[in-house]
Amino acid sequence: MAGGMNWPAIWAIYRFEMSRFWRTAGQSILAPVISTTLYFVVFGAAIGSRVSAVDGVPYGLFIVPGLIMLSLLTQSIANASFGIYFPRFAGTIYEILSAPISPAEVVLGYVGAAASKSILIGLIILGTSALFVPLRIDHPVWMLGFLLLTATTFSLFGFVIGLWADGFEKLQLVPLLVVTPLTFLGGSFYSVSMLPPVWHAVSLANPVVYLISGFRWAFFGTADVSIAVSLGMTALFLVICLGLVTYIFRTGYRLKS
Amino acid sequence: MPIISITDLSKTYASGFAALKGVNLAIERGEIFALLGPNGAGKSTLINIVCGIVTPSSGTVTVDGHDIAGDYRAARRSIGLVPQELTTDAFETVWNTVSFSRGLFGMRPDPAHIEKVLRALSLWDKRGNRLMTLSGGMKRRVLIAKALSHEPRVLFLDEPTAGVDVELRQDMWRLVRELRAQGVTVILTTHYIEEAEEMADRIGVIRGGQIILVEEKAALMHQLGRKRLILQLLSPLDAVPEGLAAFGLALAGQGRELVYTYDTKSERTGITGLLTALSDAGIRFGDLRTEQSSLEDIFVGLVRGEAA
Repeated sequence: MAGGMNWPAIWAIYRFEMSRFWRTAGQSILAPVISTTLYFVVFGAAIGSRVSAVDGVPYGLFIVPGLIMLSLLTQSIANASFGIYFPRFAGTIYEILSAPISPAEVVLGYVGAAASKSILIGLIILGTSALFVPLRIDHPVWMLGFLLLTATTFSLFGFVIGLWADGFEKLQLVPLLVVTPLTFLGGSFYSVSMLPPVWHAVSLANPVVYLISGFRWAFFGTADVSIAVSLGMTALFLVICLGLVTYIFRTGYRLKS
Repeated sequence: MPIISITDLSKTYASGFAALKGVNLAIERGEIFALLGPNGAGKSTLINIVCGIVTPSSGTVTVDGHDIAGDYRAARRSIGLVPQELTTDAFETVWNTVSFSRGLFGMRPDPAHIEKVLRALSLWDKRGNRLMTLSGGMKRRVLIAKALSHEPRVLFLDEPTAGVDVELRQDMWRLVRELRAQGVTVILTTHYIEEAEEMADRIGVIRGGQIILVEEKAALMHQLGRKRLILQLLSPLDAVPEGLAAFGLALAGQGRELVYTYDTKSERTGITGLLTALSDAGIRFGDLRTEQSSLEDIFVGLVRGEAA
């Protein structure tokens, strides 16, 4: 290691985190496949057959981006928060704190691994969807871009939660009480433009709306809000999370006494 | 230049507890230094600050000339830490967790080195085992292997033998001696005096967040070689008679005891001379006993705040 970044350390953390994913590969891969299948059975086949096309997109196909986003958000948060919370809980964090690593490198290792895992899961869901509906992706590069940006942002957010939590129940609190409702209300299964004007306006305060809208645009070329606004809001959330992480490391909050 | 220089180091935790109060300490290159002190004296806080786990309130620390705050990468790269608690990743294998540590410290993989470390700690046969399947003693070995994975110049052992069986303790001391032979500086904390006595070149005693003594072990052992002869006088004395001044006597027990300190290792203890002199001075005694102070006595005296 000659000056500059401690790449071996980033790689060590990344590999360590990914090894947990592969160790439980059965669960990691099977769980999203099963849940996606369930969603397709319920929303795609049972209900979807009675719902008319949205913006010219058959309902079964319409929910694909929302389904991926739903998992992407929850998986990113769960992976990243657990990844950093567990060493704090078990005490093995001592090694990270005493190693010649900068905060940025720690974040890169943990958040990079968490984002990689959720992107993999996102792609698995996409693949599973293809078994049920003929896929259509108008802007594949943008689709991957949104996948990457969202996974990174919410892994960062999960990392913050993992640093803040001082018990396993708190680890579940934010995903359960905030993220899941926001995702369901953010248009995973409907277009917010289908809502009455008042609820449409309220929905625009939900950051997840912008993520799903942008992601859906990458698939079908139609969106609830403009793609620029979607990108801007996602980037803004990314910057907020980065700021929080920087603050935490600068003050040593919950990491060092 | 000492390998570790600690200057005016203080730490007050958010709770208001002052764990360290202006500690100054220099650790010499290649020595084995034992930091002795009761629980809560500040031993772990001191180690954790040097290793980067706790942020100091004030003061400076340099490791091999590198400031632990300003030049933390270089400072930490030369340090290996074996923590007090048995904290390991349950699901990882021995090989992976030790390799992970090496990577964390910025070193390229070196299977030959990892193998050497694992063999030295009798872990080679267990390299494929998951950590949760290992006994407490084996986990302790793994923590040592992790600390040695990146070839540190300084090794911290925080209470290394707490709850450790005899075999591991002997293995550990053998390893520490080997490391010293390779020029590695070893700093260990303990509240077992025998441990310090057996291993250390120098001993520091910490109490209430302050270093109250740093001494070559040999000098401490010299004090250990001293004995006290206590004579129970038949009639009490107000003062030591002038004719006996040369013996450096002290009065105790309200003048009923006369105390003579001598060195068992010297050729002449002076006891015969003393007894003759006492007889000449007409001082009579009814009984006598001898006492030897152990390192433990010195230590207990120090941590209680009395003169040893």
